[in-house]
Amino acid sequence: MEISNYPQYLTQIPDFESCIKNEKVKLTSDVLDVLQVNIGKLCNLSCKHCHVEAGPGINEVMHKNVMEACLKLCHQYGFKTIDITGGAPEMNPDFEWFVEESKKVCGHVIVRTNLVIMMDKPYNHLPQFYADHKVELVCSLPYYSPKDVNRQRGDNVFEGSIKVLKKLNELGYGRDPELILNIAYNPGGAFLPPDQNSIEREYMSKLEAEYGISINRVLTITNSPIGRFAKFLVRSGNLEDYMLKLYKSFNPATLESMMCRKQLSVSWDGKLYDCDFNQAADMPIKSAETIADYLNKPYGKRHIRFGNHCFACTAGQGSSCGGTTGG
Amino acid sequence: MNTYYNLEDLGKFDTIGEEAPVMWENFMKYYSSVFEAGALTSREKSLIALAVAHAIQCPYCIDSYTQDCLSKGANEEQMTEAVHVAAAIRGGATLVHGVQMKNIVKKLEL
Repeated sequence: MEISNYPQYLTQIPDFESCIKNEKVKLTSDVLDVLQVNIGKLCNLSCKHCHVEAGPGINEVMHKNVMEACLKLCHQYGFKTIDITGGAPEMNPDFEWFVEESKKVCGHVIVRTNLVIMMDKPYNHLPQFYADHKVELVCSLPYYSPKDVNRQRGDNVFEGSIKVLKKLNELGYGRDPELILNIAYNPGGAFLPPDQNSIEREYMSKLEAEYGISINRVLTITNSPIGRFAKFLVRSGNLEDYMLKLYKSFNPATLESMMCRKQLSVSWDGKLYDCDFNQAADMPIKSAETIADYLNKPYGKRHIRFGNHCFACTAGQGSSCGGTTGG
Repeated sequence: MNTYYNLEDLGKFDTIGEEAPVMWENFMKYYSSVFEAGALTSREKSLIALAVAHAIQCPYCIDSYTQDCLSKGANEEQMTEAVHVAAAIRGGATLVHGVQMKNIVKKLEL
């Protein structure tokens, strides 16, 4: 069995879809808000929790023709947001072109960055590039202390992240209302994230007091039991307990605001998914259509594909790439 | 039963309510309200609970509140400091009882 699908085979928790009593939430919303584009699995880091299993030397990187299709679809569907992710999206050779073109078809462009990529010489100019294009940044920083970050993301990642955050602050990020600087928090192990507002206060006070850094928000994201994190769960004997924890924390009030209901996710090769986690779990949309198939076709609600990793998005306060979903 | 303490017994905690349901319900209501955020954050309360769990050396509480502290956003460094607080108070309490010993010695010795 594929390790990414292992949560499906645990017998002590029911099938996720059977926990949804309201048929409406099994479908996408009337309108889609977000086009999330994963432009490649290539990354300068190999974080222990990465559901994408991104890392150096991976050649699964989106080509320009797929990006062009994404831009056309954005124009066609009127997405409010283009959310660019990876890997380290900056390492895609057409990244800057894609950001510039995205800004032309969509006012709100988010880039998910690991920060330290901007320490490397070919990417040194990107903080200014981001500021010039008013790109909203979601920066991975899973804690406000070196030990916890470096354990999860690699040696010296915390120190590098702090340097880049300071640079972004100098350019106005986190201070100018048009330059949004958000932090993505994920738990450093097999446990659920804390209350988002509470950890946000902690981050803001620690980062300001110790490093003079200002940020806008902290987004808490529950680790999904797929990819590299699933392998950790299996290896450490935590999978069953973690899945039970997610299941016992299942909050039906979060179903309606699951991110998959309002977004479309595109992988590096143009396949379509309900979310980035389904991408990692190799679960394309039910119709198996690609972005090329979607062009010039009116939007129709789709039946979302669910797996037991979806319990991560419905546990407690709910979780999404944009932080908690409430409930 | 191989040992007095069994991991699965924590999950049977609510069976204590079987013979005294009203007391159990009252206790649980009180327990829940204690851990709600108030003048202290729920994270701070969880760290206090972890320290107390070590002071009273309850393996169930240590398990529960280690997990709870992590889920409240505390890290190992903060949790270790909380355990040191428990150790300092226990150590201090032992030592301050030495005054009682000294008082008795003073009274009895020539």
